[in-house]
Amino acid sequence: MRYMFLIYTTETEMAKSSPEEMQKVQAGHLSVMADTSRKGILQGCDPLQSTATATTVRWRNGKAMTTDGPFAETKEQLAGYYILDCKDLDEAVQWAARIPTACGGDYGCVEIRPIREMSARPSFPETVRDHAGVGNG
Amino acid sequence: MADPGPIVESIFRRESGRIIATLIRLAGSIDLAEEAMQEAFASALASWPEKGTPDNPAAWITTVAHNKLIDRARRERMQQEKQDCLLYEMEKRGSPPNASSNHIAMTYPDDRLRLMFTCCHPALNPEAQVALTLRTLGGLTTPEIARAFLVPEVTLAQRLVRAKRKIKDAQIPYEVPPRHLLAERLGPVQSVIYLVFNEGYIATAGDNLIRRDLCAEAIRLGRTLCELLPHEPENLGLLALMLLHDSRRNARINQQAELITLEEQDRSLWDQERINEGIGLVEKALRLKQIGPYQLQAAIAAVHAEAHSAAETDWRQIEALYRKLLLISPSSVVALNHAVAIAMSEGLEEGLTRIEQIGAAGELDEYYLFHAARADLLRRLAGVYCEILD
Repeated sequence: MRYMFLIYTTETEMAKSSPEEMQKVQAGHLSVMADTSRKGILQGCDPLQSTATATTVRWRNGKAMTTDGPFAETKEQLAGYYILDCKDLDEAVQWAARIPTACGGDYGCVEIRPIREMSARPSFPETVRDHAGVGNG
Repeated sequence: MADPGPIVESIFRRESGRIIATLIRLAGSIDLAEEAMQEAFASALASWPEKGTPDNPAAWITTVAHNKLIDRARRERMQQEKQDCLLYEMEKRGSPPNASSNHIAMTYPDDRLRLMFTCCHPALNPEAQVALTLRTLGGLTTPEIARAFLVPEVTLAQRLVRAKRKIKDAQIPYEVPPRHLLAERLGPVQSVIYLVFNEGYIATAGDNLIRRDLCAEAIRLGRTLCELLPHEPENLGLLALMLLHDSRRNARINQQAELITLEEQDRSLWDQERINEGIGLVEKALRLKQIGPYQLQAAIAAVHAEAHSAAETDWRQIEALYRKLLLISPSSVVALNHAVAIAMSEGLEEGLTRIEQIGAAGELDEYYLFHAARADLLRRLAGVYCEILD
């Protein structure tokens, strides 16, 4: 079963971390990526730019409204994701425990969500594929 | 033949946990397993009066339910005209059943243990863990569980549906966790069992008969846990603790349904068989030399149980045990109990000073036993001064 791992961190704390800490986090991710791709279960992963770069589009009164930032002021921010194909939730939990959530390690969290598989997944036309970058991973 | 109802019902109570655990393994789904088991019990009611009760009723029910699962999978496959994963899974997992015989192999003693770990998976919330455990392993019906926990039946039914859906959608495994995760995953299983016991033992509201059932059920689950994982000392400690508490059942409530304190209980009403079993388990657990909170609490209960009268209680030993408990699982309630043990072993004034210190933190303001303990010590102290004056 495919699970999405949503990595939440505290951006303000992240900003304070030292180069050594950053390196440790990066090494942690590289090791998870190496091990999961060796097992053939890594289906995607990416870090995200900070919420300062985020844009929200919402329908209001029949119009698409564009605003800056994420929807709400939350304590933790989405910072990246993994998609892994695991045997069951227990395996997913074990991988989640290895994903570095933030510098220093003791703040942030990983939310595991099973992916709801669509019964008939549409195949993307080539043009969409090229422009959206789907399948480039 | 006589009405088979009572026999079928007692088999349901005793064996349904074992049966459902096997069926879930075969079906790979709690819902399908429950449905098949219900149908099999209905078949039993219909056929036993005529053909007689089989030698091994639980095996009969399992076999019939297993056949129903296979029939269903076949039917679905024909309807959908495509490979049904259920049938495939069942053929992969189980041996072909023999409907006419009584000897379907119940060779998986681990099924119930698997189910316990699934029901008490940390990804489920504690209320759901309790409800699911009682429903599947305990064989209690949804209305019974709802009545025992004083929640509306609809709420409880929803809780069960959500939990089962999560097990399916998030693929919570039906497996005994590997050894390195066992310690971490046993904790929730033990606390669910103890919670079920306490719900039956401590609360005074609700239907008494069902509360008694909850205690019996918790003890039964505790026994299963010991049977399946006998080398985990906390499993033994938990079972001992429940047995020792339960041994006082008949002495702790008077005819007006009021609680009687340990000191004032008629100790001849204590269940000596349970006490002996409990003490035996505590000793066995302690010899494994991996101390834990259930073992310490059980040891404290055992010291009380060994005293023929309240005055003979070995408070020094109890004080030492609470001191250890305070080290490994500190809480203000444990600190309060430790202070009482100090009062009873070293001196009332010393104990009272401790209690006042604990009370100053304010955490126990709402805890009636704190005020009861303090009042009790003050009463005893007053008695001491009167004796001096006399």
